[in-house]
Parts: sequence; C-alpha cells; structure tokens
Amino acid sequence: MLHLAVLAPFLAAVLIPFFYKALRKIHTGWFVLPVPLLLFLFLSTYFKDVWRGVHNVYTLDWIPSLGINFSLYIDGLSLFFALLITGIGTLVVLYSIYYLHITEKLGHFYVYLLLFMGAMLGVVLSDNLFILYTFWELTSISSFLLIGYWYYREGSKYGALKSMLITVFGGLSMLGGFLLLYTVTGTPSIREIIERSDLVLNDTAFPWILILILLGAFTKSAQFPFHTWLPDAMEAPTPVSAFLHSATMVKAGLYLVARLSLLFAGNDLFFILVTGFGLLTLCWGSYMAVRQTDLKAILAYSTISQLGMIMAMLGFGTGVAILAAVFHILNHATFKGSLFMVAGIVDHETGTRDIRRLGGLFTFMPITATLAFFGTFSMAGFPLPIFNGFLSKEMFFESSRHFEHASPLVETVAPVLPVLAVLGSIFTFVYSVMLFFRTFAGKQRDTLEKKPHEAPFGMLVSPLILVSLIVIIALLPNFFNERLLAPAVAAINGEHFESHIKFWHGWGNPALYMSLIVLAVGTFLYLIRTKWESFYQILPGKLSAAKSYDAIVNGIFKGSTSLTRAYMTGSIRSYMAYILVFFIILISVTMTVTDGFAMSLEDLAPLAVPEFSIAVIMAAAAIGTVLMKNRIAAILVLGIVGYGLSLLFVFFRAPDLALTQLIVETVTVALFLLCFYHLPDLKKEYQSARKKVVNLVISVSVGVIVTLVAISSHSTKLFEPISDYFIENSYELGGGDNIVNVILVDFRGLDTMLEILVLGLAAIGIYSMIKLKGKKGENE
Amino acid sequence: MIQLLSIVSTVCLTVIAVSTLFLLYRAIKGPSNPDRAVALDTIGVNLMAITGILAIKLKTTFFNDVILLIGILAFIGTVALAKFLEKGVIIERSRD
Repeated sequence: MLHLAVLAPFLAAVLIPFFYKALRKIHTGWFVLPVPLLLFLFLSTYFKDVWRGVHNVYTLDWIPSLGINFSLYIDGLSLFFALLITGIGTLVVLYSIYYLHITEKLGHFYVYLLLFMGAMLGVVLSDNLFILYTFWELTSISSFLLIGYWYYREGSKYGALKSMLITVFGGLSMLGGFLLLYTVTGTPSIREIIERSDLVLNDTAFPWILILILLGAFTKSAQFPFHTWLPDAMEAPTPVSAFLHSATMVKAGLYLVARLSLLFAGNDLFFILVTGFGLLTLCWGSYMAVRQTDLKAILAYSTISQLGMIMAMLGFGTGVAILAAVFHILNHATFKGSLFMVAGIVDHETGTRDIRRLGGLFTFMPITATLAFFGTFSMAGFPLPIFNGFLSKEMFFESSRHFEHASPLVETVAPVLPVLAVLGSIFTFVYSVMLFFRTFAGKQRDTLEKKPHEAPFGMLVSPLILVSLIVIIALLPNFFNERLLAPAVAAINGEHFESHIKFWHGWGNPALYMSLIVLAVGTFLYLIRTKWESFYQILPGKLSAAKSYDAIVNGIFKGSTSLTRAYMTGSIRSYMAYILVFFIILISVTMTVTDGFAMSLEDLAPLAVPEFSIAVIMAAAAIGTVLMKNRIAAILVLGIVGYGLSLLFVFFRAPDLALTQLIVETVTVALFLLCFYHLPDLKKEYQSARKKVVNLVISVSVGVIVTLVAISSHSTKLFEPISDYFIENSYELGGGDNIVNVILVDFRGLDTMLEILVLGLAAIGIYSMIKLKGKKGENE
Repeated sequence: MIQLLSIVSTVCLTVIAVSTLFLLYRAIKGPSNPDRAVALDTIGVNLMAITGILAIKLKTTFFNDVILLIGILAFIGTVALAKFLEKGVIIERSRD
C-alpha cells in the first residue's frame, strides 16, 4: 500500500496529459489536487504505528540478485518529511491553480511537479541506499525541468543547467559514498547499516564515505559553497520555488544527514564538517540576503541561511539540537512557503518583484501584507508567542551552547559557535524586516505597470493556511512536539528525547538574552543600513560563489576545447605519429621490463653473397623511394623493392609466394600509375627541420624496435612448430603434394574464404565508389 | 662436374646481382622516367636469370613457373609503363 503511495504521483503524472488535452476548459491543477491531498490523509494513518514505536518495512523485489530492493521504511522522520511534502504539495498545487494562467503549458507543469513529488516521497521513505539514490536523482531531474519551465527565457535555462550540474555532481559523489558504505557493511539497507555503525566508523575509508555523502547532502541543501544554484533557481515559477526551493527538495540533504546521523553521531569529522559548513552557510546566506533587491532572491538567500542553521543543529547532535532542527524544518516550511507565495502574489498583482520599485502596498493589499507580516517576523525570530520561528530560533541558541559528547576539539570551538549563531541571526533579522517594510510600508511608487490590488481569494488560501499554521504551532508547540516532532527526533537520535517547548524560560536563560541582542542590534543595523551597504562592494566582490561557478564552468569548456584542439589537429600525420610513438614506448618499455630482448646467435642460417646483394638492392631501393622527387619514379623504384621481395621468396624456396608477389606487385604498380595520372605533381613540402628530425627519429625507432622484436622472437623458441604435422599429412589427409595450397584450401580453408570475401568487398567498394556519385555537395 | 656447376652458378649469380645493383642506380638516378622504365624492364630480365640459376643450384623444377611469369609480367609491365609515359593512360576508353 505504501509502495502504491510512492508510485501514485508517477501514475498520476502519466494520466495528466490526457486530462490536459481532453478537458481544456478546466484548469488541470484541479485534477492534480486530490493526489497530494489523498496521500497526506493516507500517510496520516501511520501516526498510530509511529506513536506506538512500530516501524513498518515494506519490501518489493526489484533486483534481488544485487540486493537492490524497493524497500520502504516508515518511522518518525520519514513520516514527518512525507507529511511535509504532501501537505505543502497540496497547498502549492492549490496556489498554482490560481497563479498559473490556463494558457500556460499546464500539462508539462503538473507532470513535472508530480514527478518531483513522487521522487521526493521516494527519497524520504526509502530504506535501500540505491533506491534512495534513484529517487534523489529523479528529484534533481524534475527540479531541472521545473526551473527551466519557461524554457524560452535565457535566465531559466541558465538556472536550470546550473542547478542540474551542481546537484548531479553532488548526487554522483553521494553514490560513490553509498557504494563505499555498501562495500564496508555489505548491506544496502539503511537500518542494517546503522546497526553496523562500528564497522563503518573503524574503516579506513570512513573519511571518504563521510565526505562523499556529505557532498551530496550539501549540494542538494545549498550549503556553502554549493548554495549558488539556489538563487538562480528562482527563475522557476513561484509555486515551484515555494515547493522545491524552500520546503522540500532543499531539505533532502538535511533529511540525509538526519537519517545517517545515527551512523556518524559523535564523530569529530562529522561535527566539524556539518556544523562548520552549516554555520558558515547561515552567516554567508543571511549576509548576502540583505544585499538583494529581488523579493525571491532575498528569500532564496534566506532559505540558504536557514538551511545552514538547520544543518548546524544537526551537526551539534544533542537531543535539544535535533529537536530544534526538526522543529525548525517544520517552521521554515510554513513561513518560507507562505513568504514565497506572498512574493508570487506581489509579483502577480504589481508586475514587479524589485523592492526598489515597491512600497506602500499595505493599503492596497492588506491581507497579503498581514500574511507577509507573520511570515517575515517568524523568519526573523521576533520574540512574540505568535511566531513559531522564535521558538525554534531560541532552541537553536540554546543548543549552540551545550554539547554532550565533550571531545577536546568540541571544547575548543564551543565558545565561537554561539557568537556565529547570533551573527547569522542578526542579519536574518535585518533582511526579514527589510523584506516586509520596504515592500508594504512607506510610500507608494508610481512606476508600477499595473494598479496594485488585492489578490483573488483562491491565491490567498494557501498562504493563509500556512500562516495560521505559524500561529497555531507557536501557540501550541507541545501539541506538535509530542505528535510530530518527538517521533522524528527519536528516529534521528536513536532514543526518545523528553522535551517540553516553552515560550518563556525565565529571566536566567542566556538564549533569551541572545534573542534580545539580535533584536536590538538587528533593528539598529536596519535603521543605519545605508551607511554600511558599501561593505558589499568589498566582500562578495569577485569572490562570490556564483562567479567562481561561472569561472569553473567556462574554464572547463575552454580548457577542454583547447585540449582537444591541441591534439585533434585533423591531420593524419599527427595521429600516425601518436600511434607510432605509443607503439614504440609500449613495446620498448614492456620488452625492457620483462627482459624480453633475448639475442641468441645459434640456429642461424648461413648467408650467401647473392642473398646479401638482393638485400642491399632492396634497402637501396627503399631509401631511394623516400628521396624521390617524382611520383612515377617513386613508384617504379618501389616496384624494385617488390620484385626484390619476390626474389627473396625464391631464395627461401617459396615458389607460390613468389608467383603471387610478382603478380600483385605488377598490378599494384599499374594501379598506382592509373591513380597518378589524376594527381598533381609531387610538390616539394616545406617542413621545418624540427619536424623532419622528429619524423626521422620516430621512423628510425620504429624500425629498430621491430627489428629487435623480430630478432628476439627468433631467438626464443617456446615450443615445437606444427609444420611437421602438415608435412606429414598433406598427402594422406589433403590429397595434395603442394603443402602451401593444401593448407590454404584444406587445413585452413576458412581463412581463405574470408580473404576472398575481403577481395570481393574491396571490388564492390571500388565499383560503387566509381559508379555511385552523389549529387554535388550532397555527401560533402 | 657438380663442383664446377656450383662454382659457375655462384659466379653468375654474383655477376647478375652486381648488374642489378647498377640497374638500380639507373632506376634511382635515371634523369628521366623512360630511363627508369628500361632499367626496371632489365631488372625483370635479370630476375628471370637469377631464378633460373637458383633453380639449378637448388635442384628443383618448381621455379620454372616463376621464370615464365616474370617474363610475361615484365613485358606487360613495360608495355603499360610505356603507354602511360606516352599517352598518360593505360586503358583507353572506347570511342562510342
């Protein structure tokens, strides 16, 4: 049944084009809406099991011989994520019905969206590493399709390619990590791997496993320095940004880290990497967000920084940190989803998302502004009991100060962590306030294309639900904690963590003072922001991740182009030179290493004067051929080599060979003469002296090597020749005295047949080349 | 008697080989292509001679085919070459 739930979006995706084609009048989104809704309701039924601690595993054989089975596992964490995906999915589909006009290519949009939803469900529910990876890549691909939805825009294409390259790079690294993990533990099942965590932690490949898997998680979750794809992914339609790039896909990396944190927990390297990059991402993302002027870009950098914060909390690894992480995942999904939808509404109703052109929208769009108010202040962590962001942020501060497993390393860096946390949060506060006040407060500008007005009700429903969730979660945190968060924390942490989320901790709580510092400094920085905005000229400057990405991608293109140009010259001479040089190196090195150059002077036949003089004639003719200035002369002198060869055959008592060689030589000379009539005179080629020397060296070395090989192969006789058998049996078995002919047509007749085939093919080839002349320019 | 035959044939072989070397000089150096063609033709004749003497030395009759073949081929080759040098083509097209 759970398998059906994961596959349902894919099945629906298959059916969507039919609905789209058949029922043009109705917005296709209405047909899609029931899918996530039903899935959400269905998944809710697993609550009872999860509360009782019963974890269901469902397995469907796929490739049993490789241990790759479609096995799904549902515990607190998977259920939490699955509900997030389907819940936000439902709201996003509802929102998209009003956001996308019916004239858009809705069929495509919903197919991609459903594909993504199914893939995401697969990621969070999979128990098998390789199934997880399969779904992981499907999310990358569907995200690529969704970002490039308006494929005729240059920015969409660029953003889609960028996100594809970065996430697939991470995905492939992750596959490497998975394969190592599989080799070390011998099982692809995540639960069984966690049980064998000792094996993994003590393995020499452990750092690689960790780094490769974290590379996958970091690229997907847009951690520094891989965050750069996320701002460019904002070219996607806003529902996509809200769904993929705030609530679900970017949390796949967090899910992976959370899922495997039982395996790595307590390891110093894991702590350094996850916490370090998390905090770095938090600070950098929030710092960069202040600089942006586009609503969605602010939200993108804000997402990056919030993901960094959650990642840092997962790195802390204490019970309260993990609770805070899970809690913040939930909170972030609510407020960031609603903020994206608000940004979409503002865009839809005013025609721009540039905060420099916006302002004073409160009077025109009071409902949207109210929604934005809750979203932004929850994001800022404003200390009021109606903002859920505050609760999780305070838990973040709390958790950044306490670490259970005190290793020397953790103790040295511990004092820095709260400072970084506060620093990141101050900037978060600044851009949140900026986002709200510069859009909705102040004066109304006249530059807008449309007259702004309130959004249609349907568009407001989804953000309204999310905003009410913000308030409900904030007012009743423990209701959600006990039912939703506690099982998830138990799944990450391995044991049940008793907790009680409170709004008010009393005066003695340092986290409260940290929040107040954030509030005070953040307000101060916002008020004087024009004074310090010039900082941005200095710090991101040339060193931004986006620029390094461009430099790397362009560098790879340029580098590979010039590399290919360098050796693919298009000249057969160079290729011939490569082949021969490699031949020389390979043979000489192999023969030297294996001590193969054996010289033995036994078993040599005596050399008579006539044979010697023929050899001299052939050598002289061969050298003469090279030096000839005239084609005909060259071919005639070459003919002497051929005739000399036939004479050598005579000397060595091979009459059949001599006959054949004579005829072939004559025919070849005649053929050459035939060709040369049509060729221009042999031109004197001006080659540089260096080139000539190189060619000479190559050709001489080839000659030397081949000679050496011939001599040494003659010197080593490993076994008796089989020619005695032919001599004895040619008359008895073959019925002929001519042993050569008996071998050719009897003992080894198959070779002869295929040689005849070669000749036939050559003849057909020549005939067709001459007769079948395509029209001019056709085959060029 | 056998001794004499062996010595004579060796001497003949050597002389013909030297003559072939001179012909080779002409073929390589030969100021014009007809010079080379004649040299090649004569080398063919020399080949026939060498093969014949070899057949005597090796006491075999298997090389007689080779001698005849060299004769035919040397003739055909020289004719083809001559035609090529004179007209530029070997096989003329029919005029119809």
